[in-house]
Amino acid sequence: MIDFEIPASLGKQLQILEQVALNVMRPASRHFDVHEHDRPWDYIKLMWDGGNNAGYRGRAGSGDLLSMSGGEGGEKVSGPKIRNLALMYTVEMLSYGDCGLYLSTAGGALGAAAVEAAGTPEQRERFLTRFKGGEPKWGAMAMTEPQAGSDTANIRTTAKLTEDGKEWILNGEKIFVTNGLMAAQESPGIVVVWATIAPGTGRAGMRAFVVEGNTPGMTVARLEKKHGIRASDTAALTFADCRIPYDNIIGSPELAKAEGKDSKGFAGAMKTFDATRPLVAASAIGVGRAALDFTKDFLFKQGVTIRYDAPPNVLTAVERDVMRMEAQLRAAWLLTIRAAWQMDIGISNSLEASMCKVKAGEAVTWVTQKAVELLGAEGYDCKLLVEKWMRDGKINDLYEGTGQINRLVVARRMLGYSSKEL
Amino acid sequence: MISFAPTEEQQAVIDTIRRFSRDKVSRARHDADENNAFTPALVQEGWRLGIVGGWLPEEFGGLGEPHSAISAAIYAEELAYGDLALALQVLAPALFGLPVFKFGSDAQKARWLPLLGEDKQPALTAAFTENGWSFDPNSMKTTARREGDEYILDGVKVRVANAEGADAILVYANENGATQAFIIEKGTEGLQISQRESLMGLRALPTYSVTLKGCRVPATARLGEDSGCDICHLLNVSRVTVAGLGVGVARIALEHALEYAKQRQAFGKFIAQFQSIAFMLAEMQMEVDSARLMTWEAAWNLDKGNEATRECVLGLNYANDTVMTVADRAVQIWGGHGYIRENPVEQLLRNARAFASLTGAAML
Repeated sequence: MIDFEIPASLGKQLQILEQVALNVMRPASRHFDVHEHDRPWDYIKLMWDGGNNAGYRGRAGSGDLLSMSGGEGGEKVSGPKIRNLALMYTVEMLSYGDCGLYLSTAGGALGAAAVEAAGTPEQRERFLTRFKGGEPKWGAMAMTEPQAGSDTANIRTTAKLTEDGKEWILNGEKIFVTNGLMAAQESPGIVVVWATIAPGTGRAGMRAFVVEGNTPGMTVARLEKKHGIRASDTAALTFADCRIPYDNIIGSPELAKAEGKDSKGFAGAMKTFDATRPLVAASAIGVGRAALDFTKDFLFKQGVTIRYDAPPNVLTAVERDVMRMEAQLRAAWLLTIRAAWQMDIGISNSLEASMCKVKAGEAVTWVTQKAVELLGAEGYDCKLLVEKWMRDGKINDLYEGTGQINRLVVARRMLGYSSKEL
Repeated sequence: MISFAPTEEQQAVIDTIRRFSRDKVSRARHDADENNAFTPALVQEGWRLGIVGGWLPEEFGGLGEPHSAISAAIYAEELAYGDLALALQVLAPALFGLPVFKFGSDAQKARWLPLLGEDKQPALTAAFTENGWSFDPNSMKTTARREGDEYILDGVKVRVANAEGADAILVYANENGATQAFIIEKGTEGLQISQRESLMGLRALPTYSVTLKGCRVPATARLGEDSGCDICHLLNVSRVTVAGLGVGVARIALEHALEYAKQRQAFGKFIAQFQSIAFMLAEMQMEVDSARLMTWEAAWNLDKGNEATRECVLGLNYANDTVMTVADRAVQIWGGHGYIRENPVEQLLRNARAFASLTGAAML
């Protein structure tokens, strides 16, 4: 039955998270925007101690992310059936608070997601248990290189097997690693590194490796200074003869022997995008909603109310803009929760995951730019957060695949084309 | 609990309508547009699919379920996926029947609802739209004034489907600043059905302008009699249904564009292999899905009994924008061939613009 009702338990969690968003995150927003490389420890600890983990803990329904212990009697909020949906709502709400802070939340995140998607049970145990307790830790994904973004097959970082077959040696440079500093250096986290075991073979030689925090040979080369999401550390990592155990290749080590053949491990880990793209979309929508709410409130105080059922000849340009902002965000949100619902019930969602990502990235960009415009001179002023939301929002149309590469994914799926055909 | 899956019952109806649209309507669409009419047999067949069967009370041949705005929207989509003109012609009696079902007095229900349960399509319709760029459903120019135990109606309505020969027309009018509806029966003095309209699209749909000149009806002709009707609610149900129709038209346009792009060649490959075309298709798919989900959510809010004007308006505006954009892009992808009436997308572009006047509001 077509239904848009969320479970009451999730609703309760969201009320708590809304308080965090408004009372913990918003007051810290400007500070961490100005002091770019400060770490928001208060927020990080609050979330970690509350059992909130930004991402995957290795087992569906093990009380991940949402176990902000509001559920008396040990009620599990995110059971397997709504795990992804619950994640979307959570990420949307935290991004409504502050998108940069949300990205700083400790937890396994994209790194753990890759292990989760394609790792062996032994690997899940070895790499993901750390995210269940102790001090805050981070998982990161190192994919992009200076010369290769969406064109992942063009990666040059190499993984070479030692002669005794016991270790991999990684060499290369990775950029744009979200939480790279925290995962690689400031906590015993994990960095999932994409590298080629057969240079020149493109996709076929690509494999994913887990490098644990503080492994010799992995260094943080620099932290980027960014347009927005400044609270989130974005690191460049250098790998110079970085040695990791043979078993750290994600998936079955047999993959190593399949040199030159397209490996299921690669495809499996690429599937993590089906899970992470809706998360990016959800985050985008949270930022967009913050800007929209603020704008509506601001206009209301100036005596502007939106007359939804007025005929077009009396609507002002501002009313039309606001209605369009609302509609674009809502459409993106519905596409997003549909993609999450598909994951929860076990339907393939590659097409829909890319669709919501495109729509949400575009919506947040337009909505936040519009919000700055509609507020007049004040919109541009750093006294308000709206200009910051515009800077924060834009990232969602860029990372996890730009709007363009995701359009390409959508088109290929619709047309049944391979990357060779389109 | 959030779900995007229709019920089994809804799916069965969807499958039935979809088969009808795909196997029969799509084949008849072009000729009907050229000849200004579908065959009566096809219209009757569309009626017999039982679109109104769900909410119609059991004693009148229906299932007696609560009216579902979601069902209305998804069935409208499947009908319009075949052809918009046929969909509007088939649904015309529901424009009369549903308001009677929702707000009619017992006497009005007893008199009119049985006709909706019959196998033959009843000659019932509604007159809503008026000319003028400032048309406002909440402030109509057609007036109804009370005089003793009668109402006197004056005004001009346009786009009244199936008006010629209708046994009764539900006419919406401004009564002291509020919109109410009145059942005007065939032969009422002052009721004038003018010549059939000639429109840019929907050429197979028989629409007429209807003039009311001092049209006197008994007080019992007022929908709901003394209680009247809730125009806001009726408008919202209408909005999500029309939005559903829009999604259907957009979907068939996208389908034609996709098929064509996969078989038309240029510069040694299929045009779908050019990113300029592929990206258009991707965006069309995103917008069709967005419009559908916006429509569903608005309809769901209505079914829950929530105040949903905002959602319904935004959903309809979204569908309006989508159907126009997607139909236009479909013609673009077909290139010059898209401009030729023999090819399906030409007609879709003309039909798509109908949504501007079907609802009186299209956002830029």
